Amino acid sequence: MTTTLPASGNPQGFVAGPDEEKGLSLWKGAWHRLRRNPSAIAGALIVLAFVVIALAAPLLTQYEPGSAEWSGEVTPTTVPGPDGDHLLGLDRFGSDLYTQLLFGARQSLVYGVVSTAIGLTAGTLLGILAGGFGGWVDTVVMRLVDIMLSVPSLLLAVSIAAVLGQNAYAIMIAIGAAQVPIFARLLRGSMLSQSRSDYVLAANALGIRRPRIVFGHVLPNALGPTIVQATLNLATAIIEVAALSFLGLGESDPAIAEWGRMLVAAQDRFDAAPQLALLPGACIAITALGFTLFGEALREALDPRTRR
Amino acid sequence: MLRFVLRRLALIVPVLVGLSILLFAWVRALPGDPARSLLGQRATPEGIARINEAYGFDEPIITQYFLYVKALLTGDFGASINTGQPVLESFVEKFPATLELGFSALLLAVVVGLPMGYLAATHQGRFLDTFVVSGSLLGVVTPVFFLAILLKLVFADWLGWLPTSLRQDARMDATHITNFYLLDGLLTREWDAAFDALLHLILPAIALGTIPLAIIVRITRASVSEVLNEDYVRTAESKGLSRQTVSRRHVLRNALLPVTTTIGLQAGLLFSGAVLTETVFAFNGIGQYLFEAIGGRDYPVLQGYILFIALIYALINLTVDVGYGVIDPRVRVS
Amino acid sequence: MSAESMSSGYTPNARRTGIDTPNVGGSLLSVRDLSVTFGVRGQRKVRAVDAVSFEIRPGEHLGLVGESGSGKSVTALAIMGLLPRRAVTTDGEVVYNNENILRWSPQKASALRGRDIAMVFQDPMTSLNPVVPVGTQVGEIFQRHFRVNKAESRNRSGDLLAKVGIPDPKRRLKDYPHQLSGGMRQRMLIAMALACEPRLLIADEPTTALDVTIQAQILELLKELVADTGAALLMITHDLGVVAGLCDRVNVMYSGRIVESATRGALFAEPRHPYTGGLLESIPRLDSPRGAPLRPIPGSPTQVLPWAQGCAFAPRCRNVLDVCRESTPTLDDHGDRELRCHNPLSADEPAKAGSP
Repeated sequence: MTTTLPASGNPQGFVAGPDEEKGLSLWKGAWHRLRRNPSAIAGALIVLAFVVIALAAPLLTQYEPGSAEWSGEVTPTTVPGPDGDHLLGLDRFGSDLYTQLLFGARQSLVYGVVSTAIGLTAGTLLGILAGGFGGWVDTVVMRLVDIMLSVPSLLLAVSIAAVLGQNAYAIMIAIGAAQVPIFARLLRGSMLSQSRSDYVLAANALGIRRPRIVFGHVLPNALGPTIVQATLNLATAIIEVAALSFLGLGESDPAIAEWGRMLVAAQDRFDAAPQLALLPGACIAITALGFTLFGEALREALDPRTRR
Repeated sequence: MLRFVLRRLALIVPVLVGLSILLFAWVRALPGDPARSLLGQRATPEGIARINEAYGFDEPIITQYFLYVKALLTGDFGASINTGQPVLESFVEKFPATLELGFSALLLAVVVGLPMGYLAATHQGRFLDTFVVSGSLLGVVTPVFFLAILLKLVFADWLGWLPTSLRQDARMDATHITNFYLLDGLLTREWDAAFDALLHLILPAIALGTIPLAIIVRITRASVSEVLNEDYVRTAESKGLSRQTVSRRHVLRNALLPVTTTIGLQAGLLFSGAVLTETVFAFNGIGQYLFEAIGGRDYPVLQGYILFIALIYALINLTVDVGYGVIDPRVRVS
Repeated sequence: MSAESMSSGYTPNARRTGIDTPNVGGSLLSVRDLSVTFGVRGQRKVRAVDAVSFEIRPGEHLGLVGESGSGKSVTALAIMGLLPRRAVTTDGEVVYNNENILRWSPQKASALRGRDIAMVFQDPMTSLNPVVPVGTQVGEIFQRHFRVNKAESRNRSGDLLAKVGIPDPKRRLKDYPHQLSGGMRQRMLIAMALACEPRLLIADEPTTALDVTIQAQILELLKELVADTGAALLMITHDLGVVAGLCDRVNVMYSGRIVESATRGALFAEPRHPYTGGLLESIPRLDSPRGAPLRPIPGSPTQVLPWAQGCAFAPRCRNVLDVCRESTPTLDDHGDRELRCHNPLSADEPAKAGSP
């Protein structure tokens, strides 16, 4: 006896969202949303500023990093502040503080990007293998991931770096390795959930071969979350790079411009020169903030649920 | 339920075994002389010889491994290269300090974070919400060691309001039973010792707890706002229930579920943060000892401590998962 | 009220705080010029409900029919005072016991909700709190409105569950929602709504989310219980079959306004608004000739003309005239019904649905 009205066009009954109206793809829609999101813009600006400064560091200052040229002006109780020659004064070792901060950005960028790249590449590969092949490959990879995740990531990075010795690669490899399990799980999860989805079944039914499905369909769908994760991981990586330097790992030259190491050196001169600690610390926090803001805004922009 | 716990416990074992193998192999897998790479630029012939003897690098790999396994099974985790103290013993001695610190930090994070997250969610779009969201965002990106340094330098060195380091004033002749200084003070009724221990805990706990606090605020806020839009909250309101009843029984009981699952993850953050915080405050726990071990390339300590931490971390996560099964009836049935 | 159905012996009328008197004029609930607008500053505002007026007399069964987006659910939520407070503007009056309850404070309104006016929602799967036993979810109503202790509320809950046809009610009180089927959950929700024997029960698509086989059972249950307690019923649905079996009067809504309002008999025998006619025509009939095509309403609900410019239904109407796109039709009294149309269907229109 029950009868229903015909489903006329839009079953939900209300006006179509802006994306549906214009028929926008996921990425274009995300772009539109990002453009209007103030925290996305703020994050993007910070990231951009950071990258520009890091890349253009030599052009932005007349001095060499870690030169310690003016160590004569530094006494056990005082550190010269800003004056005509030095925009922000000197650091504890007699180098120009402003220059050190600039080149510190460069260090952070390089270390952060390289380590995230390592984690991304290795993790994605492992995740694809695990999700794609299944079976014992999956089990082995997942056990490995479990082992790596059994230790808090910073401590994992610490143990790897401690053994790699006092060189620049130690930090990058260590932090990269700590990121591998995150990406591996992400890709594997994405592959598994998609392999059950209707469009993959349809592709299979049409006779499209497996690798084509994986590379042509599954991976592009995993691209969005991977980029989001990479951005957020960059924020973490920058902080962890500083943390590892703070703990004395990586390169041992104390005058080298690295924000974390600058914090170590700044501790005993805080009374006289708080800026030695405040500036590098603020730089770390602000840079990480930029990546976090942008990463989270990106995640929200790509989320299909918010597309209405 | 019991089977669930046992199964999870059984899973921990292979993971730890795998971890110990990795730790064992890691040092020896590198190209070149392991002793030389451990010492890096400071390598001297005497140093190398010392390391070789201590670690037994001269022996063939298989022998090394068997010796290693044998030692582990007998509870011998080696001794510190630098201090000579057995690794297990030093861990047991120093762990209460870190536990006290970690617990205080977590307590702070939960007691302050939950209400803040809830208030932010119920006052969305208003000033309080914006303030809380920005604050928690800042809290998440500020490195632990930076905050620790700032707090120490401002409140301890500069203003002198709180002690600068250690767990207790050296001049205080306090009795220690459990090595939980605060607890000891309370147990022995040495109130001034207890109070002193508390003062020493404040700054490190704030430094360590800020990131977990920020995370809890964000998750609570997100969870509460999501629950507020659920149909069952509307049903509860349609019954004419008081605002309090709706909040307590219908909103919070559901919103807090995702928060409890993150508590396990917070434990991981607390461990890593402890290493950094204890170093800044010279707080004599496993974190500080680990820091010294890193500097001194004290591999037995590193290896042993990482294993212990992994075990404790796994147990904490297991407890959280079991606890979650208790509070969420949907999970229980399985 | 039949004495047999009052198992615990509580006397409903004695408890009410003076809300026994209908409004001046005899209606139980009077909706006057109700308008609900959604929208935040800066974004486009949507008028979900547009100057809607109707009355419900004590014990009357009124149907509110329309497609999704017609504003029927929002009307119900407005009456209950359950609309979100931010980004929503409500104008007009909802008069109960001679007072405009829209202007009541939240505390005062909550005393009314669940007790005098209660609501049953659409989706039983999401309308129950998953982590609290159902017994508590029923009992809390008694504890809120009648100040009974735990034991007493447990008794009443058990009796209530029995009344709605849930087997083994005492045991069921300890169950969690996920342990119950969809039909059981909806019975639970109906039980909760009727716990205090409200004067008015609002049912918003109570069977839409259920299996077809269960739908009939639930509707029968509703009919029975409402008759038992003498409550008025506001049945909100897009399903004409439900209305035909249950309601005395029917209001048809389109794009936020009422377009036709008549008694059941009059509406089904002779639909005058083209929309109503279209709805009836689109129902497939058992006795239609073989191979006869279905006759849906052309277009989609998104094709609307704002009421301010003319008739909202004009883009889809078969009887459309030029005047329909120029001037807004008003709700006029046509004797046996109210109608908002410039060119209604006349009595001898072919292809009409017969009376049910």
